[in-house]
Amino acid sequence: MTIKRWISAALLMLLLSACASQAPTAPAKEVRELTVMTHDSFAVSAELVARFEEENQAKVTFIKGGDAGAALNRLILTSLAGAPEADVFYGLDNTFLSRALDNALFEAYAAPALGRIPDAFKLDPGNRALPIDYGDVCINYDKAWFASKGLPLPQSLEDLTNPRYKGLLVVENPATSSPGLSFFLASVAAFGEAGWQEWWKALKENGVVVVSDWESAYYTNFSGSSGRGSQPLVVSYASSPAAELIYAETPLEEPPTGSIVADGTCWRQIEFAGILKGTPNRQLAEKFIDFLLSKAFQEDMPLQMFVYPVLPDAVLPADFARASAVPDRPASLDPQLIAAKRDEWVQAWTALMLK
Amino acid sequence: MSNMNGKRGGLWWKLLLWLLPAAFLLIFFYQPLTAILRLAFSMRAEGGGQSFLPGLAAKTFAFTLWQAVLSTLLTLVIGLPAAYLFSHYEFAGRKFLRLIALLPFILPTVVVAVSFNSLLGPRGWLNVGLMALFGLSEPPVRLLNSLPAILLAHVFYNSSIIIRIVGGAWSRLDQKLTQAAQMLGANPWQVFWEVTFPLLLPAAAGASLLVFLFDFTSFGVVLMLGGPAFATLEVEIYTQALYLFNLPLAGLLSLIQLAFTLLVAWAHNRVSLPRYGKAALSAEKANLRPPRTKKEKVFTFVTAAVLIALLLLPLLSLVTRSLVSLEAERGERGEAQTGFTLRYYRELFRDTTGSIFYVPPAVAVRNSVLYAAAAMLIANMLGLITSYALHFSGRLARWLEPVLILPLGASAVTLGLGFVIVFRRAPWDGVSFSILIPFAHALVALPLVVRTLLPALRGIPDSLRQAASTLGAGWARVFREVDLPLLLRPLLVCMVFAFTISLGEFGASSFLSTGRNPTIPVAIYRYISQPGALNYGQALAMSTILLVVCALGSLAIEKARLPGEELF
Amino acid sequence: MLEIREIYKNYEGRPLLQGISFAVQAGETVCLLGESGSGKSTLLRIIAGLEAAESGSIWWDGEEISDMPAHKRGFGLMFQDYALFPHRTVEQNVAFGLRMLGLPRAEVEARTRAALGIIRMEDFAKRAVTELSGGEQQRVALARALAPNPRLLMLDEPLGALDHALRVQLIAELRSILHASAKPAIYVTHDREEAFGLADTLMLLHQGRIVQAGTTAQLFRQPANAWAAGFLGLGTLLSGSVVGLEPLRVKTALGVLQASACGQEWQVGGAAQLLLRPRDALVLHGMPEGENQFSACVVDCLFMGETYQSHLRANDFSFSIQTDRALAPGSDVTIAFPPERVSCLKGEL
Repeated sequence: MTIKRWISAALLMLLLSACASQAPTAPAKEVRELTVMTHDSFAVSAELVARFEEENQAKVTFIKGGDAGAALNRLILTSLAGAPEADVFYGLDNTFLSRALDNALFEAYAAPALGRIPDAFKLDPGNRALPIDYGDVCINYDKAWFASKGLPLPQSLEDLTNPRYKGLLVVENPATSSPGLSFFLASVAAFGEAGWQEWWKALKENGVVVVSDWESAYYTNFSGSSGRGSQPLVVSYASSPAAELIYAETPLEEPPTGSIVADGTCWRQIEFAGILKGTPNRQLAEKFIDFLLSKAFQEDMPLQMFVYPVLPDAVLPADFARASAVPDRPASLDPQLIAAKRDEWVQAWTALMLK
Repeated sequence: MSNMNGKRGGLWWKLLLWLLPAAFLLIFFYQPLTAILRLAFSMRAEGGGQSFLPGLAAKTFAFTLWQAVLSTLLTLVIGLPAAYLFSHYEFAGRKFLRLIALLPFILPTVVVAVSFNSLLGPRGWLNVGLMALFGLSEPPVRLLNSLPAILLAHVFYNSSIIIRIVGGAWSRLDQKLTQAAQMLGANPWQVFWEVTFPLLLPAAAGASLLVFLFDFTSFGVVLMLGGPAFATLEVEIYTQALYLFNLPLAGLLSLIQLAFTLLVAWAHNRVSLPRYGKAALSAEKANLRPPRTKKEKVFTFVTAAVLIALLLLPLLSLVTRSLVSLEAERGERGEAQTGFTLRYYRELFRDTTGSIFYVPPAVAVRNSVLYAAAAMLIANMLGLITSYALHFSGRLARWLEPVLILPLGASAVTLGLGFVIVFRRAPWDGVSFSILIPFAHALVALPLVVRTLLPALRGIPDSLRQAASTLGAGWARVFREVDLPLLLRPLLVCMVFAFTISLGEFGASSFLSTGRNPTIPVAIYRYISQPGALNYGQALAMSTILLVVCALGSLAIEKARLPGEELF
Repeated sequence: MLEIREIYKNYEGRPLLQGISFAVQAGETVCLLGESGSGKSTLLRIIAGLEAAESGSIWWDGEEISDMPAHKRGFGLMFQDYALFPHRTVEQNVAFGLRMLGLPRAEVEARTRAALGIIRMEDFAKRAVTELSGGEQQRVALARALAPNPRLLMLDEPLGALDHALRVQLIAELRSILHASAKPAIYVTHDREEAFGLADTLMLLHQGRIVQAGTTAQLFRQPANAWAAGFLGLGTLLSGSVVGLEPLRVKTALGVLQASACGQEWQVGGAAQLLLRPRDALVLHGMPEGENQFSACVVDCLFMGETYQSHLRANDFSFSIQTDRALAPGSDVTIAFPPERVSCLKGEL
């Protein structure tokens, strides 16, 4: 009996002390709170955030809401229910841009930094969704595998239906994966609305492996990752080889994987941020957007999130620039078209590939 | 009002008992659920164009049911012999194996997927071994992304439930009953069929039901190990709500899942009323003895081997993979280091990126343990009160119990969204999300606690309480002196369950976590969602830490009672 | 019919049964009497086949059955707490053994009814066993064990949980049932009253060995050693040492007493225990003068229905006697024990 009381008391004390240690110390001046919702891959240096908090007497809370599509939908749902979760949202990408704008999620903000950003990134003329960074979804390949087999790399999407690449490619389900959706849209861009079904059918006959999410594809199926799977070709990001280099166990000269950046095989993802409609912290939110577009943050991004800055004068880290490739002509589609047809396409793809 | 057997006691007394559980369920379950469902169906009303897709709903339901039934049967095939093994025989390594049997239950699916892959994947140990042995060029075992992978993972996860619950009941079954049957001429099969099986049925039915419910609401396993060709209700809800943005359909599927859960819970109540439970249990612990005859030895060996293969190997695979560097085969030109390394563990403690989201393992462990401890306390206190409330509700309990099981059948996605909606609006928006996490975990653990405590409570003879009353003990004293000591063992079992469930919980935590205070599973997920060998290794190292924390937690709770006494 | 040879059994590393051998003939009721923890139930379980002995063998009609599994031996066992199947009715419990024999349904029903008739519980057939009183459960357990007509019946302290009056009644019933069935039976208990009421042959089990075996009368008249006398409650034991042989004289706290040698070898100086049976005491007038006479103080005197039982004390030695007449508490009396009635026994208590 006493033992049980002792345990309960100990646990209670632990709990209370933990709560106490998490309680914010009373601020000398008034501290404003800002909530930022991001997707799961968001990362930023602690000292940058600390500097922002100090300069603005603010406390920033980050909520990670899933991958790009999931986070957005969650935000829309909660806003519809009258319970908006955040003041600022970062992580909207061009495949879902229309959905955010149609649901009137953001307030417009003409940030001063916009003037220095190339027009190609400004997909929203109304400045409700502001471009922050971009990256490319490309096919990664396992260098060692291809070297040992002496196979040439595929140079186009059509190449992938060549029998010599049978069973070598793993892709993600566009219904449940953001890179999967991007790759799919690249195929629509390449073969047109009438032709993509043929190409996917041929891919299916050529033994393409479909999995649900990026983690499974990359770490379970891809032979070039630590998971040592059996497919040497995977749909991932152009910057993934850079991550393999930087996060390698032993110092490497070259990354063990590479990206195929041939024309039309990659899909450009531009990521946006926006101030959520009805936020009570408009001023602070603006400051945060400025922060996202500042040189400091833009230069911090590559090593944190493995994406490219939209600010032209941001300097890239050497390793990153060396190991990451940028396609000259990535695929793209009219956002209006995507908005109108995406769901229909995905359903057709599901019927074709998964049933 | 001064006695505890509930015959008298007054209505207001019973209502008082129900107050706390009712408030808990209303606030943390029914409120979020109605909020999200109302939103879902209102979108249909105005939006139009979003279809209910009855064909899809029916097909998904059929598949969910089919794989759940199959999984449950397979789990019983593995779990029942194992339950018999642990409750009857003493053998080398028994305590260790029993501890291992509990661990899979708490692992996040991400970790399980990785372990399975490292063991069974195209370049996992099994295939590599077979290929070397038979000189094959293609990996012969293609287990992943298939229905067998789903079934295997379910058995891996849920065998521990059968072992714990059925094994516990078996070890308390009065051995004299089986001996009496033997003396009356029953051969071993007849002994089992005529005596053991009917008396074990309440426990077995209850355990099977739980396993079935877990398999029915399975999400991560189906998504990651089954692949995109398979979708249970839960997966479909996730896809429809968060990707295809068809919330009305998600709402409908949630309702179907809930309704079915209610049905199953009600059916179980009918089957498992322990009418003769008290009489069949002996006060003394069954004596474990080493296997003697050849048949017994073979049985012990085979069952233990199967358990090791199924439960231990994947875990071992995970742990060894976190300690071994295999980078030499990836063709880098630098100095290749293979073999044993602590590099991944060291990396965990280093903040290489300076990211604000870097969390030292100690912090993640602290968060997880605190949440788990809080969830455990909440679930057990509430569970105790709820069990008493049900006990005193007499016949009404039969209708109220299924209602308590509902949280297990609610979709985590639906509930998670509901939580977010409710707790970001007035009057709740002042509540920090961190506080919500233990309550969300307690919601899942509560049915399990009640399921374990209530039969134990019903098994306390009224005569004991009456004797105490006549000796002058008030109700509080009776509770402390009579009920609590007898409930201590099942309470400890529940505490272990609640603790481990909370440790491995990922769904609710991922919805409710803010960036800087993740639990261990969330932290693992962060590592594995980035490329890079170090990230992968750190995910494995963190998973191993989770295993160790859970094992230690379970051990600590069990040892808190009389050391050396077995606890089922 | 049943023969046990040299059974050895250890419990938790220490010896429990050390070389038990005996036989049970047809129609004979053997009673195994011993203290709690002496291994009686274990022995029964070994005979039943539910436990294995360290060494030794079990024989039935000349055939060794030591390795035969329990369910094939055809022995009936009645458990200490009845072990009725709680999920079956009275009728189903009794019918269980008959069903295991594979008999046709009609025969099972008929024999079940007959068994219920013997214990006079026909009306209870459909009742749940959990609703029965202790005595009723015991009778059902007996019927269940007897119904399949086992070739040997074993009873493990079946009357332990019952009150005195019920016990007396059930002992009588059991005796008549056992003799009517003419089966060999082994009855295990620690209660002498039960043993005296049922046994044809009484065996005393002490420290892993059978200390004495014989009819009740034999054990009563000539206990084998001091422990047996004490356990059977034959009287008070007075310790002393031998001072003379022919006749046997023992020096005790009450003086030197003459005793009967009981057919054993004695040596001067050896330790001895004298058995003083209450019934054999003589109350004399006057002061103690002859052999085996001493004075004692009456502590109290109770009327037992036919006789008076008095507790006396002499020189710090307490003992009881049974007389036809009352003795005044507090008075001094002279007590004599005739030498031929005082048994001299070996061994410690």
